[in-house]
Amino acid sequence: MAAPTPRVRMPATAKAGEVIEVKTLISHEMESGNRKDKDGKVIPRKIINKFTAKFNGKELMTVDWHAAIAANPYQSFFVRVPETGTFTFEWLDDDGAVYKAEQKVTVG
Amino acid sequence: MTSDLRGLNRQLSRREMLAGLATAGAAISAFPAVALATPAQVEEEVKKATGGKPMAEGKIKLDLPSIAENGLVVPLGFDVESPMTDADYVKTITFYAEGNPNPVLAAFHFTPLLPKAAGQIRIRLAATQNIVAVAEMSDGKLYTAKKEVKVTIGGCGG
Repeated sequence: MAAPTPRVRMPATAKAGEVIEVKTLISHEMESGNRKDKDGKVIPRKIINKFTAKFNGKELMTVDWHAAIAANPYQSFFVRVPETGTFTFEWLDDDGAVYKAEQKVTVG
Repeated sequence: MTSDLRGLNRQLSRREMLAGLATAGAAISAFPAVALATPAQVEEEVKKATGGKPMAEGKIKLDLPSIAENGLVVPLGFDVESPMTDADYVKTITFYAEGNPNPVLAAFHFTPLLPKAAGQIRIRLAATQNIVAVAEMSDGKLYTAKKEVKVTIGGCGG
């Protein structure tokens, strides 16, 4: 499988204090560990189990994902933009890999 | 396939009633590929997470389709009523599935830096079942909501 590619859609500019919606998507098969291959062996679980959103390094939210999150996980939520700064999003894989995306938002 | 799963689940449910929940838990872990959770299991999970404190209805708006044609991708939207200030905010909201192999779907942990406790994810559902949400507020109060989703094609493989 190709390396997971995170994608984030949110406005690049906002008014101070404005509430904006963030839409995130990452390509990942989210193998649940419930499926069997054609020889009847259980395919081992490999999912993204944690999502973290930060603003200028400060944690806004973490989400625990379990096996029932659909493949290519989509997640939308809302953030407030207090000042110009950078939002960081992190996806933690079962195998320890961390996928990151950043988005700078300018208050103007 | 789905009907097979359902049949097996029924068998387990019967066994559970005879042998009690502890044995059912063992049976579930012995057949991770086929056994589906039951409402009783979800209740257990919720109890574990909340310490069995009383829960009130309300505050949580769940946005789920009544009928999902494809259980592989079911949108789950939510909105919890809260001012989201340092003194009063939503600490966590956890989603449970009563008929999936794993009873827990996802758990959001918020901080008061977020403007609202709302969002959307996409989940997999193995069969027609109830989705249960439990929200814990910063003052420790608990709220719950439940919605049934009818699934035409199950989404957990076999």
